[in-house]
Amino acid sequence: MSLNPESNGKEEVRIGFFVCHCGTNIAGMIDVEEVAKYVATLPNVVVSKDYKYMCSDAGQDLIVQDIKEHRLNRIVVAACSPLLHERTFRTATMRGGINPFFCHMVNIREHGSWVHSEKASATEKAKAVARGAIGRVKFHKPLEKRKEPVEPAVMVLGGGIAGIQAALTVANSGKRVYLVERDATIGGHMAYFDKTFPTLDCAACILTPKMSEVGAHPNITLWTYSDVEQITGYVGNYKVRVKHRPRYIIEKDCVGCLDCIDHCVFKNGNTDDEFNQGLSKRKPVYIPFPQAVPKIVAIDPNACDFLAKGKCDQTCIPSCDKNAIDFTQKETFDDIKVGAIIVATGFKTFDAKRKPLYGYGKHQNVYTALEVERLVTSSGPTEGHVVLRDGRTPKSVGIVHCVGSRDHQTNRWCSRVCCMYSLKLAHLIKEHTNAEIYNFYIDMRCPGKGYEEFYERLLEEGNHFIRGRVAEVTDAAQTKDEEGKLVIRVEDTLAGFARRIPVDMVVLATGLEPREDANDVRRMFNISCSTEGFFLERHPKLAPVSTTTDGLFLAGACQGPKDIPDTVAQAGAAAAEAMALMDAGFVEMEPMTSEVDELRCSGCKTCLNMCPYSAIGRDDAKGVAVINPVLCKGCGVCVAACPSGAITQNLFEDQEIFAEIKEILAHA
Amino acid sequence: MPEEFEPRIIAFFCNWCTYTAADLAGVSRMKYAPTTRVVRVMCSGRIDPQFVLSAFAQGADGVLIGGCHPGDCHYIEGNYKMLRRFNLLKRMLSDMGIEKERVRLEWISASEGDRVKKVVNEMTEHIRALGPLKLPEAMAKWDVEFEEEVKEEPAHV
Amino acid sequence: MKYAYFPGCSLKSSGRAFEESMLKLFAHLEIELEELDDWNCCGATAYMSVDETSAAALAARNLALAEKMALPLAVPCAGCYGVLRKSAHLQKDYPAIQKQVKDGLTAIGLSYTGAQEIKHPLQILAQDLGPKAMRSKVKKPLKGLKVACYYGCKLVRPEAPFDNQHDPQTMETLLKGVGARVVDFPMKTACCGGSLTGTIPDVGLELSWAILHDAHRREADVIATACPLCQFNLECYQEDIQEKHPDLKPIPVVYFTQLMGIAMGLSPEDMALHRQVVPLTPILQEKGILDSGAAKKSPPRQEHDA
Repeated sequence: MSLNPESNGKEEVRIGFFVCHCGTNIAGMIDVEEVAKYVATLPNVVVSKDYKYMCSDAGQDLIVQDIKEHRLNRIVVAACSPLLHERTFRTATMRGGINPFFCHMVNIREHGSWVHSEKASATEKAKAVARGAIGRVKFHKPLEKRKEPVEPAVMVLGGGIAGIQAALTVANSGKRVYLVERDATIGGHMAYFDKTFPTLDCAACILTPKMSEVGAHPNITLWTYSDVEQITGYVGNYKVRVKHRPRYIIEKDCVGCLDCIDHCVFKNGNTDDEFNQGLSKRKPVYIPFPQAVPKIVAIDPNACDFLAKGKCDQTCIPSCDKNAIDFTQKETFDDIKVGAIIVATGFKTFDAKRKPLYGYGKHQNVYTALEVERLVTSSGPTEGHVVLRDGRTPKSVGIVHCVGSRDHQTNRWCSRVCCMYSLKLAHLIKEHTNAEIYNFYIDMRCPGKGYEEFYERLLEEGNHFIRGRVAEVTDAAQTKDEEGKLVIRVEDTLAGFARRIPVDMVVLATGLEPREDANDVRRMFNISCSTEGFFLERHPKLAPVSTTTDGLFLAGACQGPKDIPDTVAQAGAAAAEAMALMDAGFVEMEPMTSEVDELRCSGCKTCLNMCPYSAIGRDDAKGVAVINPVLCKGCGVCVAACPSGAITQNLFEDQEIFAEIKEILAHA
Repeated sequence: MPEEFEPRIIAFFCNWCTYTAADLAGVSRMKYAPTTRVVRVMCSGRIDPQFVLSAFAQGADGVLIGGCHPGDCHYIEGNYKMLRRFNLLKRMLSDMGIEKERVRLEWISASEGDRVKKVVNEMTEHIRALGPLKLPEAMAKWDVEFEEEVKEEPAHV
Repeated sequence: MKYAYFPGCSLKSSGRAFEESMLKLFAHLEIELEELDDWNCCGATAYMSVDETSAAALAARNLALAEKMALPLAVPCAGCYGVLRKSAHLQKDYPAIQKQVKDGLTAIGLSYTGAQEIKHPLQILAQDLGPKAMRSKVKKPLKGLKVACYYGCKLVRPEAPFDNQHDPQTMETLLKGVGARVVDFPMKTACCGGSLTGTIPDVGLELSWAILHDAHRREADVIATACPLCQFNLECYQEDIQEKHPDLKPIPVVYFTQLMGIAMGLSPEDMALHRQVVPLTPILQEKGILDSGAAKKSPPRQEHDA
């Protein structure tokens, strides 16, 4: 049963079989010559050879020549994983003059020689799967890759430094960028920092120019206070619905004078200021920080009396010269078409409450690193003075490394930036207070440029480093010196005994982890994640910014913890890949889509609801199902469901798979 | 038989998760029993129960199906459809006398190479303990028996 | 409510106050306890460190006896509680151990299916019975009595089966329910020294001291415990500890059941207050929880109480 009018059901099938040694990678465990000899005995096999490196130019040329010389019309290559070289051998087949999809690969390396330890059984298995491929490939049909145009626009999801860098890179090449950011401003976590390691550059000074550039760039459509509501489509042709949450401010009229904030009925803040990590309060009408981009205020519906309770004198309205306050605003939507999407949604810090022995939330002078960032910043809640919650200036500070990281009870991974930011905070706190600073570490991880030198500098500045994982932060003082202090209990592994170190202030170097809604985001975009929950790149070494979903790229900490230099580099890489896609102008779609045989279809509609892409419709006139090849992604679910067997999936036809099963098992 | 029985297991692995995980197991040089023969499909939702039946009918001692974890299917929900079919299929096979250890559905994600090793080794041991299924031979025997019955009482055919 | 009851060796000797107070308290609350007939020593932590399989078998004999009674098993001694649970775990997780234990039990005509429930009296009172059910029975609320609730280690490590591992609250809930003021006590799960108070006193007594010292810092009047070794360590070595820490004031250390029983109106003798090395009665009198006359009713302390 074949739908393809060009099928060669009558033509004699002439198969060429090539088994690769791959040096000793395959030949070391599988007797490849024996496999070639065995396959030579199978029906329709005209050529059966072994060769040292099939993927080399010479190996590929072998295929090309043999197709021409022996009039082959099917090729089977038994070698490594098709995920590596399927394309290589299909191209060689095409150069030989026949349709590339007449070529089939058998995996006898990753699934064979590399995982088995006994030559005889490994060779028998190789023979069986090779025979299966020979049986299957007979039924292969010629297929063409469809070319689809690529929309020359990119959506960047997330406006932290990763998103900003990616957006600027793409925009500077002349293409349109839609930057969608959930918060009221772009900037991400970097906006919270005072200085950055190891140079102690002022974070805002290096970030805000880029933020302004984004805000002013003619090619960037900046949507803040917005989320992605829905996404459909495929590489080159994504349709995205973006939801804009109401700020209750007419954005084009707001000039950022901030008068409304001064005139709010709340004289002092009434809700936690998230930007200051809850160390201060803000009013319901607010701007996250003075250099926010866009410089437009927002009204928090949960904190505003009028929006939450319906009653308020609304002194903000008259204070606005531009009449920009509008409490009737509703959410709005925009539908856009983009060719590629760069996901740069960032990270969240580990919740220190999950380590109860460190006392965060219990002892008021235990802080997280981000809270301390806000304390040392001159524009922070304490204007840069490092003061404790009880008003004192600390004379001694303990910085606890690896909070939540390198820990089988919480997160097993190393969060990569904490050693460096701990050094930075140690330096800054000492600068502000001249306190005794104690760092409690497991290892000092300072691999980047200038990082190790920064560590040495901290040593020279007289900071104390104690190698030991902190066991407990307690207020159970045992001596007079410990009264009123927080005692850090730790084993000093280099000195060889347990110590109690009383300090005024404890700083927890909390690790990085995926955001709470990472799962929801990745399911919306169809991105996999690794066991830790960070978004999964296509290949850890060779494809660190692409994903298994074509047209979807990753940048920044959402893919794994990293510092600012690596983030910026990765964002540039993601932008480059997106641009490559758009510059090519078109994308080739894999042809393994499915088709309905009208003559066999009974019109039962079983398949219609099975398709997750709504690619199956019904032709009411003919009473049969119809599959839209543009929407079909080739999963084959409808094929398996059809009770009449009326649907065929190209390259994964029933008869191909049945033949594969039969022939595999035909070998003893 | 003087040699230990080596089961033959047909393994249907979905391209995006389980096949990739098996590749990872290979790259990491994890060692496992040489009993599986992998048939690659794009999605576990492509697997027609008839493939499983055909595998047994052609002599397989076991069938392993590998798909993505629920919620992680590259094609959104193909694995859920596989799960539905699998539940029915298992009951049918058990009615036919095929022991439940012979057919197994596993969710293995792309980074879980070690799981491939674990599952294959476990399944191999279970089926080794059960012995070969030898369905083709049994079916050939039933064909002969049926022919004989037909000869005796042709009116009932 | 009925439970099988495993006292363990300590509760019949140095931890007698725990058994006496608990039995009277439970009877008053109409919770039936039936002691396991012919129970054996659980092996405690010592045997487990020497030979896990034999230790598991020794403890399992008690579990098998309890299974025969078909009742959940109440185990007040935290040490026994931990060991019995560990024996059950070892058998469940390690087929080799399970088989050896099974063979051993079979040889003496017993069997253990692994289903036996093991509960601590804290669990039974706080969760099975519940503080609400006891409210009406409180006759002498422990008003003004500041209690530091001390759990020790075995109830929360390696697992905390019925409470939070770092900040358990079951004892606090029960004692608040009888009117006491519980103080914040972060040392509540710190090690008391265990057997080290006997074998390496320098170390063991320091550990006990740290707990007593912090109880004083929190201004506790009394420390409530749920383990006979903890109670013994914290109470009985206070004079020895004073040699190194002369400023350590004495502080009574009792079982939580003793305090609860007093609150229910049970007599100080029934609650074994006369067994205290550091007396609690004067403090209860001072707070008006017990009348001054109560002191006269306690039987005189004898040297070798059988």
